[in-house]
Amino acid sequence: MKTFHLVLRALRQSRWLAFCACFVVFVVLLAIFGPHLTRYNYAAISDTSLQPPSFAHWFGTDLNGRDLLTRTLYGARMSLLVAALGTFVSLTVGVSYGMISGYAGGRVDSLMMRLVEILYSLPSLILVIILVATLEKPVTTVLQHLWLGSIPPRLVLLVVFIGLTEWLTMARIIRGQTLVLKEQAFIQASAALGQSHARLLFRHLLPNLSGIILVYLTLTIPAIMIDEAFLSFLGLGVQPPQASWGTLIADGAAAINPIQLYWWLLLFPGGMMTVTLLALNFLGDGLRDTLDPRGKK
Amino acid sequence: MTTLILRRLILAIPTLFIVVSLTFLLMRWAPGNPFSNERKIPPEILAELEKQYDLNGTVTSQYLRYMGKLVHGDLSISTQYRNRTVNDILAQALPVSVLLGGLAYLLALLIGIPLGAYAAVRQDQKADRLAMLAALLGLSVPSFVLAPLLVMLFGVKLHWLPVAGWGSPDQIILPVFCLAIPFAAAIARLTRGSLLDVLNLDFIRTARAKGLPEDEVLYRHALKIAILPLISYSGPALAGILTGSLVIETLFDIPGIGRFFINSVLNRDPMMSAGVVLVFSAFLLFMNLVSDVLISLLDRRVKIE
Repeated sequence: MKTFHLVLRALRQSRWLAFCACFVVFVVLLAIFGPHLTRYNYAAISDTSLQPPSFAHWFGTDLNGRDLLTRTLYGARMSLLVAALGTFVSLTVGVSYGMISGYAGGRVDSLMMRLVEILYSLPSLILVIILVATLEKPVTTVLQHLWLGSIPPRLVLLVVFIGLTEWLTMARIIRGQTLVLKEQAFIQASAALGQSHARLLFRHLLPNLSGIILVYLTLTIPAIMIDEAFLSFLGLGVQPPQASWGTLIADGAAAINPIQLYWWLLLFPGGMMTVTLLALNFLGDGLRDTLDPRGKK
Repeated sequence: MTTLILRRLILAIPTLFIVVSLTFLLMRWAPGNPFSNERKIPPEILAELEKQYDLNGTVTSQYLRYMGKLVHGDLSISTQYRNRTVNDILAQALPVSVLLGGLAYLLALLIGIPLGAYAAVRQDQKADRLAMLAALLGLSVPSFVLAPLLVMLFGVKLHWLPVAGWGSPDQIILPVFCLAIPFAAAIARLTRGSLLDVLNLDFIRTARAKGLPEDEVLYRHALKIAILPLISYSGPALAGILTGSLVIETLFDIPGIGRFFINSVLNRDPMMSAGVVLVFSAFLLFMNLVSDVLISLLDRRVKIE
């Protein structure tokens, strides 16, 4: 795989890029195993509320006496889960939309791109707020009918609708690349050999788009993480006692008062999230310089 | 040009129609009632209230009546802020949000363009790397993390600035700054990239060859072209400012349109939600059109249809 080798070379060439990649892997491992490694349960209430950081509670405790380290790790799991699934939604829609538009060309292409243009000029997150706020009950019902009642309905809503707001850039870029690729000799040759459209799209075009897909995948993940935290901050995220970085930050901001500072409630989840976003953005930028055929800046 | 403007405006009408209809219908179809959020109220009183706010009968008939009034510019009465029309609330809240967003975007430009230009001139030097790292950090710190941290530091701990509120100049500083930071970062990156492109163009070489001082080449020739991409960036950026100000207004207790919007959605106020969505969408569609027209007027290379 050409893409894989290019990524490896990029990581070898830049220490910082390699460091960021390792850090992201570390955060993912923390999110998967972390909540089980601490001595506490993320939802266990105790009477030691609002304790500052100590040896017993490294990140302190929250208003309900829950261990903030455990909750931050659990929040990482929730945030990364939403980000991963949301990115998958956005990637699937964006890549197939862009490929079809670019491959079809002509009227279909200009119509599809006109739609993207309209969607670009809509306040998408504001519409997502309305959809998430109003569709909770119907989604709960649907999930129960599908024997999936244990899945939090908010999680499904967040994944689907945030995923559906972030695919536009991806679609545009994939379309542009498809337009370039489909004129190239190997595609023309395969078409002349009488291969089906599906085979051309999936066997020949898609592998050649993998580099650019990887770049925008890395850049879509932090964008979706911010969107999720934004909605959680406004009270439209996962429901307590579950937590994501967004709900933890919202709790920390709500605890601001003129008498006493509970800085740890804000600094730890907010800091973790910022550092993770920084690493992901840095990684995305670095990969774009190596893998984006439209040239380095 | 005229056909472009006309076509966009004609396309805007169905778009706005769909967005407003979706909001109103979702709000009415979703379980929950704008009048009985906290406690149950007797059905007779509920019926009376629904009648008073023109929300009686089937959802379809409510929707048709609402749209009928909307066509005449009447956005109906808010169910949450009783006895106030949505038009009235918007007239009061919109200037606050526009001021907040406008100042934030201005500040973002004032930080972003010089930072980007500074970095571009020192390409691949330490100063460039540092400036771009700062910009990446600015993009990565969400405003809902930055804002409460700064409130804690400057408001609660140091008592330099008020914690929340709106009205006096010192209350404006923190919200505007927090709202501006991610956009300043994006503008800096955009300016740097675009200036680097422009500095490689022929006319810059000509300007240098004829012996113009480097400062003049940079500021009078290069930068003037390099900020063109900022005009097309401004459309989506304004969308970001709008959504960003939802958080900032909630956090700083600013009586702008964003705070009203969040409250209205959470309280199932169909009139207020649909009204705000209409204003937001119309504003964005309009600003995107303006930025497209501007860019095609200013940049000869771009031809829009």
